[in-house]
Amino acid sequence: MTPTSSSNIVEIRGLTRRFGGLVANRDVTMDIRHGEILGLIGPNGAGKSTLFNQIAGAFPPSSGEIRFEGREISRLPGTQRCLLGIARTFQVPRSFDSMTVVENVMVGSFVRHSAARAARAAAWQTLDYVGMADRGESPAGELTPPEKRRLEMARALATQPRILLLDEVLTGLTPSEAQQGVELVRRVRDSGVTVVMVEHVMEIVMPLVDRAVVLHLGQVLAEGPPKDVVRQDSVITAYLGERHRAA
Amino acid sequence: MSDATATLAVTAAPTPSSKDDGARRRQVLILVAVCAVIALLLFAVTDVYLQNVLILTLMYAALSQSWNILGGYCGQISLGHALYFGVGAYTTSYLFAGYGILPWFGLVLGGVLSALLALVLGYFCFRLKGHYFAIATLVIAEIGLLLVHNSDTLGGALGIQWPFAADGWATMQFARNKLPYIYLALALFVVTWVATYVIEGSRWGFWWRAIKDDSQAAESLGVEVFRSKMAAAGVSAFFTAVGGAFYAAFVAYIDPDSVMSFRFSLLFCLPAVLGGIGTLWGPAVGALILIPVTELTRSYLGGSGSGLDLIIYGGLIMIVALARPEGVLSLFGGAGKGSAR
Amino acid sequence: MTVESFFQVFASGLLMGLLYALIAVGLSLIFGLMDVVNFAHGEFLMAAMYATFGLWALTAIDPALLIPAATALLFGFGALVYMGVVRFAMRARTNAAMVQIFATFGLGILMQGVAQYFFTPDYRSITDSWFGNSTVDVAGVFLPVPQLFGAVISVLAFVALYLLMSRTDFGKALEATREDQGAVALVGIDRDRVFALGWGLGAALVGLAGGVLAIFYYIHPQVGGAFALIAYVVVALGGFGSVFGALAAGIIVGLVEAFAAVLMPPSMKAIAVYSLYLAVVFIRPSGLFGRL
Repeated sequence: MTPTSSSNIVEIRGLTRRFGGLVANRDVTMDIRHGEILGLIGPNGAGKSTLFNQIAGAFPPSSGEIRFEGREISRLPGTQRCLLGIARTFQVPRSFDSMTVVENVMVGSFVRHSAARAARAAAWQTLDYVGMADRGESPAGELTPPEKRRLEMARALATQPRILLLDEVLTGLTPSEAQQGVELVRRVRDSGVTVVMVEHVMEIVMPLVDRAVVLHLGQVLAEGPPKDVVRQDSVITAYLGERHRAA
Repeated sequence: MSDATATLAVTAAPTPSSKDDGARRRQVLILVAVCAVIALLLFAVTDVYLQNVLILTLMYAALSQSWNILGGYCGQISLGHALYFGVGAYTTSYLFAGYGILPWFGLVLGGVLSALLALVLGYFCFRLKGHYFAIATLVIAEIGLLLVHNSDTLGGALGIQWPFAADGWATMQFARNKLPYIYLALALFVVTWVATYVIEGSRWGFWWRAIKDDSQAAESLGVEVFRSKMAAAGVSAFFTAVGGAFYAAFVAYIDPDSVMSFRFSLLFCLPAVLGGIGTLWGPAVGALILIPVTELTRSYLGGSGSGLDLIIYGGLIMIVALARPEGVLSLFGGAGKGSAR
Repeated sequence: MTVESFFQVFASGLLMGLLYALIAVGLSLIFGLMDVVNFAHGEFLMAAMYATFGLWALTAIDPALLIPAATALLFGFGALVYMGVVRFAMRARTNAAMVQIFATFGLGILMQGVAQYFFTPDYRSITDSWFGNSTVDVAGVFLPVPQLFGAVISVLAFVALYLLMSRTDFGKALEATREDQGAVALVGIDRDRVFALGWGLGAALVGLAGGVLAIFYYIHPQVGGAFALIAYVVVALGGFGSVFGALAAGIIVGLVEAFAAVLMPPSMKAIAVYSLYLAVVFIRPSGLFGRL
């Protein structure tokens, strides 16, 4: 069930974030459309993480607005954004190591179910959905890194989000693991969840995303379908700038 | 809420929830078995000294269980829980000695006051992390001790003596026979155990453990960290105060050093640390080891002057903290766990 | 309060404050270095006091001369504690808070027990020393000589510490390890060695204070407790990891305590100090000069 509405789920206007003297995001304006997979890319230090964290609610912007389904949320704490339907993963998976895998996911499903039995059932369903049901009773600390990534996603999905923010969820995976990850992301989108991915691994991400937004030095450099974005001169210079000049 | 729900429930998932229910049920059975054993012991043990040890073991198991709610499950290490113990003891004693109000009311009131105090203190303290929080709890408890020392209404350094009253359940005084105290101590333990059991399987229990492991990740999953910590503190303080009320009734005389000194704060956290911090049975196992050992060293090694009890405590804590932070219970594999470790 | 008594109170507060600063700076140093709070800090002080007392009882040498020995003993002890205990505590991945608190906490209790075992809980004191109970009159203000001696030692220690941190290789290694533990390994600095020496230094500083205190203070196994609390207050107030902060905060705490003792019932003076700690830590967790 893929929504075909072109209305925006998130609208960002003039977002700026300073850390002391450093301007990490400068006047970022962009939309995230319902039901799309959006790639947030750019060279190191471009401000992707900062933008990502502001959408997730880790810290507020210095100025500018973020609208979620029409509602202004830039000052809303991350906990409440989760309740609204904004879920996120962390770049380095942060599992709850004193609990089992299913218990980890339950922390997510408790957002929507207050009774433990219902939360547990929902957690098992989510684990099955991501293909980790066989690891459900294992202590979370014993998972391999790719499994931990998947747990991060399962946990976030258990909160029944409307938009899922993925932070470098495909980095450092083997080709087959990455392929599984891609399939999962597609399935999530197909179930009606908008996905925003911060990524570095171009070959895998570009075929996956519907649109890409390129950030450079804190500003939006380009946006559009991946094929077009990749060919723009400004984008090529941003990524290969030094080599170009040196040559 | 979202279209995602319908499609996330794609295939029929294997639901081993029956397995988890089974594990939980087993814990209750173990509790019943433990109570049965103690009931049998009651008939076998007639020596007053041993009865005393049993009462104290049960009491400290209950108190450590209460401490464990905040320290073990929620991960906020308090080194000043004697404060709440003292509030319970003093509320009960003051009301009974001064106004003849039965200890049962004092017990409840003491618990409520403690919980409120914990919320107020938590409001300030929970913005502190790790060791800063621990030190703050220590300091606050010391302030409490000093204030009581200097308070004439509460008897100052002389404390409060319970007036002689007829034996009976109403006044919680049993001068001739220790048996009822054992029942009370057992009841105290059962109540705190049940509270922990219920919490462990509830949303609060999961939130607390998430906060303990990674509070930022917990926040991203909708957990209200601050409010959760406050709830844990309130529940923990309530039961600690109830324990204090029992203790006051048991010894019938309290003074600041006998109920609010740092020694008690220590005795509340050690059994949990020793037995298994953050587990259902850890505090009980720890108390079972620690309290009889303390009493034995005290009587056989001639008074507390030798320092051997301190050497044993200190050594035990160090060994557990360094070699086996999960506690003695973890040596028995999965035994004694409800749905979590 | 008259002008004279004001200066009297001020002077005794200042002297005690300098001593508190010396007791606290070791704790601050260790924390600044590796983010570990030594919950046995008070017992380290107690150990130094007993060491001085023990040496005096055995050799009848004046305690003032024994201070270097006590300091050296504590240095070794501190390094040993790091190597044997703290190093392992820092490796904990689950229950990290609990492990780091209770590992040193347990050590402190153990040390109390050992002291009690060998020395009994009886209060001890050094009854015969040069500085003993003498006081000196400085412009109408009576200064107890042991405290004055202690204050001088404290100032000298801080100067030496400053020079050590800023001029020597070791000091720079400490600073570097503090800034970035990961990177120093790449530069060939052995992290364990730096930490062990850091603990040794921190312990030596409190050893110095203990040696001085032994001259005029009652020694018993629980003597560390009250001083430890004051040390935590001083470190939090001055800022965890700041040497200068420890000095400034120590003096502030000494003064607050001295004036509080005059203005309220003496047993309540501790409340003034503790309240100061809480106020600072709630409003400004990083303290006056600390960087959190």
